[in-house]
Amino acid sequence: MGGLPAGKVERTEHDYPEWERRVDAMVQLLRGGGKITVDELRKNIEGLPPQAYDQLSYYEKWISSLTQTLIQRGVITTEELGRKMEDLERRGR
Amino acid sequence: MKAQFATKHPAVAPRFETGERVRVRKSAPLGHIRTPFYIRGHVGEIERFCGCFPNPEELAQMRSGLPAQPLYRVRFKQKDVWPGYRGADADVVEIEIYQHWLEPA
Repeated sequence: MGGLPAGKVERTEHDYPEWERRVDAMVQLLRGGGKITVDELRKNIEGLPPQAYDQLSYYEKWISSLTQTLIQRGVITTEELGRKMEDLERRGR
Repeated sequence: MKAQFATKHPAVAPRFETGERVRVRKSAPLGHIRTPFYIRGHVGEIERFCGCFPNPEELAQMRSGLPAQPLYRVRFKQKDVWPGYRGADADVVEIEIYQHWLEPA
């Protein structure tokens, strides 16, 4: 990656969990509708802290970046996001 | 010079021809930049003119990216890029780079 040593390339196909399919669909719809650009998504992936960048999976990076992008675009607010996350956490208990 | 893709935006005039030698600017500003770090400062040859596209560095900051920037596919010799490269002398790496990252070599 970028000329740095990296792990082995996984060449086998694998199935995608439902949440990953949803993240992909959201990104396609928002891009297709002109609400966001792929360049903003890339900027926000690159803006992840190095530790998060190394540890998050592919779609975890996407959803983190998409969330940041939607906040920057004013589609959602940080407060709305925080409250929704608290709701979900309570429901999960 | 014919572009691989037609341009539909107001664009900066292309300044390089196929076969011309160019040096990639060795610069590290902040932001989203499509020019890989490992190629900055290296000399290559214009392989083709791809067309003009909105500048991704500007798009990433939620601006229009216009006027569109000419994009070229640039060919570099692998042995020039990687110290101690052990592959064939003829091996190349081709990278698509925007005009504002290139200068005549």
